[in-house]
Amino acid sequence: MFDIERWQEIFDTIRKNKLRTFLTGLSVASGIFILVILLGFGQGMQNGIAAEFEEDASTSIWVSTSTTTKKFKGLNPGRRIQLRNENYDIVANLWGDDIEYKSARVFVRGTSINYGKETLVYSLQGVSHQYQQIENAKMVKGRWINYTDEINTSKVIVIGKKIADDVFKDVETTIGEFIDISGIQFKIIGVYGETENREEERLYIPITTAQQVFNGGDKLNNMAYTLPHVENFDQAVAQAVNFKNELDIYLRKAHTVAPDDTRGVRVWSAMEEAKRYYAITGNMKFFFWFVGLCTIIAGIVGVSNIMLIVVSERTKEIGIRKALGAKPWSIIGMILHEAIFVTAISGFLGLIFSMSLLEIVGPHIEVDYILNPSVNFNVALSTVLVLIFAGAVAGFFPAWRAVRIHTIDALRDE
Amino acid sequence: MIEIKNLHKSYKMGSNSLHVLKGIDFSVEEGELVAIMGSSGSGKSTLLNILGMLDELDEGSYDLDGVPIKNLNETKAANYRNKFLGFVFQSFNLINYKNAMENVALPLYYQKMVRKERQEKALKYLDQVGLKEWATHLPSELSGGQKQRVAIARAMVGEPKVLLADEPTGALDSKTSYEVMDLIQKINDKGNTILIVTHESDIADMCKRIVHLKDGVILEDKKVEQVRASEYV
Repeated sequence: MFDIERWQEIFDTIRKNKLRTFLTGLSVASGIFILVILLGFGQGMQNGIAAEFEEDASTSIWVSTSTTTKKFKGLNPGRRIQLRNENYDIVANLWGDDIEYKSARVFVRGTSINYGKETLVYSLQGVSHQYQQIENAKMVKGRWINYTDEINTSKVIVIGKKIADDVFKDVETTIGEFIDISGIQFKIIGVYGETENREEERLYIPITTAQQVFNGGDKLNNMAYTLPHVENFDQAVAQAVNFKNELDIYLRKAHTVAPDDTRGVRVWSAMEEAKRYYAITGNMKFFFWFVGLCTIIAGIVGVSNIMLIVVSERTKEIGIRKALGAKPWSIIGMILHEAIFVTAISGFLGLIFSMSLLEIVGPHIEVDYILNPSVNFNVALSTVLVLIFAGAVAGFFPAWRAVRIHTIDALRDE
Repeated sequence: MIEIKNLHKSYKMGSNSLHVLKGIDFSVEEGELVAIMGSSGSGKSTLLNILGMLDELDEGSYDLDGVPIKNLNETKAANYRNKFLGFVFQSFNLINYKNAMENVALPLYYQKMVRKERQEKALKYLDQVGLKEWATHLPSELSGGQKQRVAIARAMVGEPKVLLADEPTGALDSKTSYEVMDLIQKINDKGNTILIVTHESDIADMCKRIVHLKDGVILEDKKVEQVRASEYV
């Protein structure tokens, strides 16, 4: 296969037809370049969306209520739906076996929070000892609220890392410091970190303390659950949807809310939402592939077109070569050899250029929903190979036709 | 060297058949310089194409140096052309992106000669046609006469048994024509067999034998006293 004489002949031809070679190469290289960049960003979007959902436990389900918007069973719209401990306990009893972690939440409002002379303007929530897992919060220092704190209605508080950094920057150990909430001293027992800054701007106290100390009674603002992890994504989604629907039916019945009232009772499943996003990214990926493949096809058409012109431009040369004793296959071989060589070199150049662009620029892209765009090397490589093959096919047919032309006619071609 | 018996050739033109060569008997000895003359449509180019294995005969026989030329496929014809024949064309047919030396070396490429030898031999033949200094020039930088001399060097470089020239002076003025004919005569003097198709009688007179074709048959075949082109140069 390695025929040095043939290579020299091809290099001569390429060297002396630079523009032609350059244009062929450009259409191949840009086709590959665009495809790789598109696929990279498709992957980047998927990565980005996956990262957005990693922040909270992916199997989490959140319940919130508001005022009703629909008339139902003789009740007027505009009623305020209030979750209570009773609801939380019933859910725990009915579906306790399905639930992994659970927590009710109370949003404590209308209090003044102080540390020394500083006033802290952060949201204060009462949560259970299992809320850490639901929120996917990592302890930076100390510990989370535990079950004993809940039982004893302890005056303990967990703060976000950002608060610790902003307010307690001069304090040696944040743990053990006291925060004053409406005149009551709360001891800091832990600092937690989250992947996103804005989720670190919260203060957590035990839910029992929140209800008893701040006159919450048995009122709840919110309930949160996670389900056990299931390996299969579709099963996980089915499990989440099933639990969500049961929860929804129970709560609507308990509070007499119309089934289609989306504001009165709202049960939100991260899994279901994730599925929706995954479906979107799936479609996006498909779209990118489609556009990319169209680009490749355009590239192939471009290569075919150039090969067609090249061969018809060289008809006379082919005639001369035949008159001088070139065998048909040696001419087809020469043209194919050149076509494959040019498409291969430019295809790999496009590949290297686009891959290194993704490698260099990719990790620095900081846009929501796009994270580390990258492309599967094998996929990219096989598209190059497909393009080379297409280049060969595109070169073969015109070459074959040109060789079939009678030498005499080929020589007359001007 | 060339032995043709009862050669017939016709072309299909739609439903009609055009009988171009109607029984040609013709032979050429080694070292001859033959002019094939005739008006257009006489069949002289067709004859040359058949001699050059660029076209196939319908009927009759053709032996080249004792080798029967028939039922050739493209590959075999290419092989024979490369070994037995050198071509010179009216329009030179040089490859425009190759320089003079590369053009001359091309037949040797198809003889699978290595590059260095090819180039040496090509330079030797360019020297013989007096164009050694022009070896690195592209055809576009050469005059018509120079181009034809390059073409002749290319035709001769493979050391063919027969040189076939199709109107070699057709695109040249008379002075350059005589220069080219002078070169052809010198090559012939060394014992090479040459066939020239021409319609110019002064060119034909510079050959040793003139064959007149008309309407597909040989009208006249005579030996002539050769006029040396050098007298006119």
